Amino acid sequence: MFDFIKDNLILNDPMLLGANISILLSVIGIVFILTYFKKWKWLWTEWLTSVDHKKIGIMYIIAAVIMLFRGGVDALLMRAQLTVPNNEFLTSQHYNEIFTTHGTIMIIFMAMPFVIGLMNVVVPLQIGARDVAFPYLNALSFWSFFFGAILFNISFVFGGSPDAGWTNYAPLAIEGSPGPGINYYLLGLQISGIGTLLTGINFIVTIIKMRAPGMTLMRMPMFTWTALITNFIIVFAFPVLTVTLALMTFDRLFGTHFFTLADGGMPMLWANLFWIWGHPEVYIVILPAFGIFSEIFATFARKTLFGYKSMVISIVTISFLSFLVWVHHFFTMGGTAAVNSVFSITTMAIAVPTGIKIFNWLLTLYKGRIEYTVPMLWSVGFIPTFLIGGVTGVMLGMAAADFQYHNSYFLVAHFHYTLICGTVFACFAGFVFWYPKMFGHKLNERLGKWTFWFFMIGFNVCFLPQFLLGFDGMPRRIYTYGPEDGWTGLNVVSTIGGIGMGIAFMILVYNVYYSFRYAKRETSGDAWGAGRTLEWATTTSVAPFYNFAVTPEVKGLDAFMIMKQEREAGKEEKPEYKPIHMPSNAGTPFVMSVFFFVAGFGLVFKLWWIAILGGIGVLACMALRSLRSHKEDEGYYVSVEEIINTEQKKEA
Amino acid sequence: MAHDENISPNTPLEYQSGIGRLNIFGFWIFLGAEVILFSTIFATYFSIYTSTIGGHAAHGGHAGGVPMPGELFEIGNTLVMTIVLLISSFTCGLAIHEMRKRNTKSMIAWLVITLLFGLGFLYLEITEFMHLVHEGAALGTNAYWSSFYFLTGTHGLHVSLGIGWMILIILQIFKRGLTPDTAKKVFIASLYWHFLDFVWIFVYTGVYLIGMV
Ligand code: HEM
Ligand SMILES: [Cu+2]
Repeated sequence: MFDFIKDNLILNDPMLLGANISILLSVIGIVFILTYFKKWKWLWTEWLTSVDHKKIGIMYIIAAVIMLFRGGVDALLMRAQLTVPNNEFLTSQHYNEIFTTHGTIMIIFMAMPFVIGLMNVVVPLQIGARDVAFPYLNALSFWSFFFGAILFNISFVFGGSPDAGWTNYAPLAIEGSPGPGINYYLLGLQISGIGTLLTGINFIVTIIKMRAPGMTLMRMPMFTWTALITNFIIVFAFPVLTVTLALMTFDRLFGTHFFTLADGGMPMLWANLFWIWGHPEVYIVILPAFGIFSEIFATFARKTLFGYKSMVISIVTISFLSFLVWVHHFFTMGGTAAVNSVFSITTMAIAVPTGIKIFNWLLTLYKGRIEYTVPMLWSVGFIPTFLIGGVTGVMLGMAAADFQYHNSYFLVAHFHYTLICGTVFACFAGFVFWYPKMFGHKLNERLGKWTFWFFMIGFNVCFLPQFLLGFDGMPRRIYTYGPEDGWTGLNVVSTIGGIGMGIAFMILVYNVYYSFRYAKRETSGDAWGAGRTLEWATTTSVAPFYNFAVTPEVKGLDAFMIMKQEREAGKEEKPEYKPIHMPSNAGTPFVMSVFFFVAGFGLVFKLWWIAILGGIGVLACMALRSLRSHKEDEGYYVSVEEIINTEQKKEA
Repeated sequence: MAHDENISPNTPLEYQSGIGRLNIFGFWIFLGAEVILFSTIFATYFSIYTSTIGGHAAHGGHAGGVPMPGELFEIGNTLVMTIVLLISSFTCGLAIHEMRKRNTKSMIAWLVITLLFGLGFLYLEITEFMHLVHEGAALGTNAYWSSFYFLTGTHGLHVSLGIGWMILIILQIFKRGLTPDTAKKVFIASLYWHFLDFVWIFVYTGVYLIGMV
């Protein structure tokens, strides 16, 4: 056992040694703080066993921000390496590992959890529900995502990271990579994928079955709509990933021949299966972003969203098309001209509904009383930059042109324009927008504007030059180049931009600290004073754990707006409280996910006894859960007295 | 989740609690995901279907060569497996029928019979696998056999989980009797069981019948 640890702990690299030490120190620090302030019990009862959707959402967001940090450090390391020609800062192997973990972490462990976190916080509130349909399952979703992410992340200090790109193409990922790195990729994604699938099911049921009376489908806020469609995409796409990962796990661990070169395997099958999941995955992170922007535009332009119906139709259309375009990822791998043309056309077709949405947003802004708060800045900044991403995407969608730009920095620039402007801008926007709902105070606006401008400018300085580098023929995934290539100048510029984004991130983190200490506490649920949808209808600023003391009644689109108008007209009735039923906390989701982690770890290193131990633990947790009856598990009632107390806190 | 008001007593037991209705609806969506899961595995199987590298035509002489599926599949054995699983699906339906009539005892009896047929199916499947491996067709033999075992194995694993699950449910009914809560569990398990039967029909035709021609 000792030898096993010694052989796998990566100590020969000074940078990783530093990482090891700092991880160790942070763990010791956290343990010390929790012990010193006697916070263990609090941590366990308030957070680790919580089934409250708002707390789970907050944990998702915290995890996602930490992953953004990790992926961002990776990004800066890569930019540092590429700044000057013939740089020897990173080796080629190390560079491969870094771009692989960067891409994977950013998409799977940052962007998706971030939007799922926002969904958790907001969607039940927006539909006027007490909670999600299956609170217990929701906790399980979070913890399996979390432990999947941890499994993936320990790869860089223990055993070695995956190095075959975030697309993990076969046969490279089987025959070309004997270490445990790819196993980490396969199992980390598999475990967190279980959580994602459960989220998908949970939110579909929640949105379809738990809307407040009067909230018809066509009265649902836009963010809830995008959440609904996204979760359908999850349910249809994630099983494909599950199978695909399992097939390769079998190839690597049990000697099967799905994707090998020998014995009849088909490496191309991996690419097909991967992108059948992978392309919809891109929309899983983009569609909720569209929903967030829609809410923010309507709120700060103080107008109903323009073209609500066409917005809904276009999201549904996009989600259909997203399943049909996967072949555009291998135009250059020998498809026939006819096949390439068909997929080329469907790819470009996605631009149409997207264009409709952009027009609707512009028309929402038109003649609105616009207020440039920080969330609004992110949303307005999104439109022109996302357009660049979209136009270059259509360029890549043309099969003929793709032969030119394929696998060049043009592609790298394109997908960062869509992913960062689409998802990351939206995550920041939504984070700031709903921050008072989660924490009871706003983030500082001045610091928020600094973050925005540093990021916005840094982002364009970083990625615009990369289009030019692509035209100049710089390929992606190279770890160094020569001075004679003539790429130095643009790479220097690009790195400077990257640093700008790093600074923006630090200002954001400082802002959280600063606002926690100094920002004024909000007293009403409608922190921006312009809320239109039900999440702003709670009496206290942070929604009480039961959300609404009385289930709201919905009389139209922008339900809270209508409630406010009625209140002004003096038509408000005195609320009549009844005891509220709430689910009790549960520790099994956490424990079960730990067992998932143990099983995954065992498989990564082919330590069968550890894997079996973990597997038995998982099954035991499932059996225990099944044996508990609804009676024992039926939660508890919040008394009318406690409700009145909570509701009156706002006046204090 | 206390939307239990205004429920007519004619509603089937499993639908009588708010959480029961949500669970059943959620389980249908889960089955949708399972359809995608099996479709992907079938798609894989059919893409690799001709990758019988090293296969040879003569039966039996597997020294050096690798047996082809057509040589090893035995229509009789798999037909028995199919019938066993179909019957278990039928008995499972009878259990639900008894549950609706609140005959707890006969419901349990039919569930146990279902279980026994499920175990019989597993027994037949395992002996078949052992026979195949003995003839030289194992998981790592070639791409074809890899996908064969992956497909049938995934189905078999589902059946095993289903059996374990049903045992747990029967235990609960012994302890707590038939309530809206336990009835919901039986109902969901029965949906799962019928689904596995449905998938097996595709395995039988797609793999065994087509494999023999
Ligand atoms: C914040 C600043 C970011 C910078 C400076 C940055 C920089 C880079 C660089 C230098 C590469 C490697 C290109 C190559 O050598 O091929 C890369 C790849 C990639 N990035 Fe980023 N990135 C950033 C953010 C993001 C975000 C937010 C996402 C996703 C949500 C993302 C997704 C990816 C993906 C998928 C790859 C491809 C990885 C692969 O080739 O396997 N990046 N990025
Ligand atoms: Cu795509």
